[in-house]
Amino acid sequence: MAAGHRRVDIEEVSDVTIAKFIDKKILDEGNIQIIGTQLFGLVDEDGRKKIVLDFSNVEYLSSAALGKLITLDKKVKKAKGKLKLCSIRPDIYEVFAITRLNQLFDIAETQEAALEGF
Amino acid sequence: MSSDEYFEVTIPSDTSEGQAVQVQIVEALEVREYPERDVFGVRLALEEALVNAIKHGNRMSPDKSVEIKCWINDERVRVEIQDEGPGFNRSDVPDPTLLENLERPCGRGIMLMGAFMNLIEYNEQGNKVTLEKIKGVAPEQPDTEGE
Repeated sequence: MAAGHRRVDIEEVSDVTIAKFIDKKILDEGNIQIIGTQLFGLVDEDGRKKIVLDFSNVEYLSSAALGKLITLDKKVKKAKGKLKLCSIRPDIYEVFAITRLNQLFDIAETQEAALEGF
Repeated sequence: MSSDEYFEVTIPSDTSEGQAVQVQIVEALEVREYPERDVFGVRLALEEALVNAIKHGNRMSPDKSVEIKCWINDERVRVEIQDEGPGFNRSDVPDPTLLENLERPCGRGIMLMGAFMNLIEYNEQGNKVTLEKIKGVAPEQPDTEGE
């Protein structure tokens, strides 16, 4: 993938991959597609099994983006890995709570807390 | 500012055009000092409604458009979004919170609109949605199981 199209920053901490969203608004269809491709690649192409998604920068998140997260969760589970979400603002957490996805995803307060859970 | 604002705009079936309308409405709310939470909810609901109209209603067809009407004053904002699709019946949309539907792409958008808006109403055909947010008034919350 061209560097110019990266919408997620990737960092390795021991054997855990931290994927941090760059965008404040994960709304636009085109961006959501790119994010999806990038995240799925972590599992499908790179074979990573321990992934933390960091939402520090995210101020808006649409249902289309939630769809990508659900697909990613499925892929990670299929690979017998673990996906954790962290640093979600209260407004965004409410989006997860309303849609009951807070029960599907493993959500930690901070990146440190997420890393401790592996 | 206390005067009422009204505008209507017709956009092609292109989600980036929808983004521009969202920005216009959000900026008008910010000028009128709507609380941050209202602005967040309206922006999210507009995104969901516009994507539904463009993708599900008009099926991204370049020869179909979406008509948006917006009324804003210091008490409330009302937005009507109409597409040229066949419409749908809201009761046919599966409950996205049921385990068997978690993977399905549809339903969550409508659910979010309902949670953040004071009013969400479809016309009989199901190709026009009306959204309303009353300034500073939290919608009746659905039963969520927060932590």
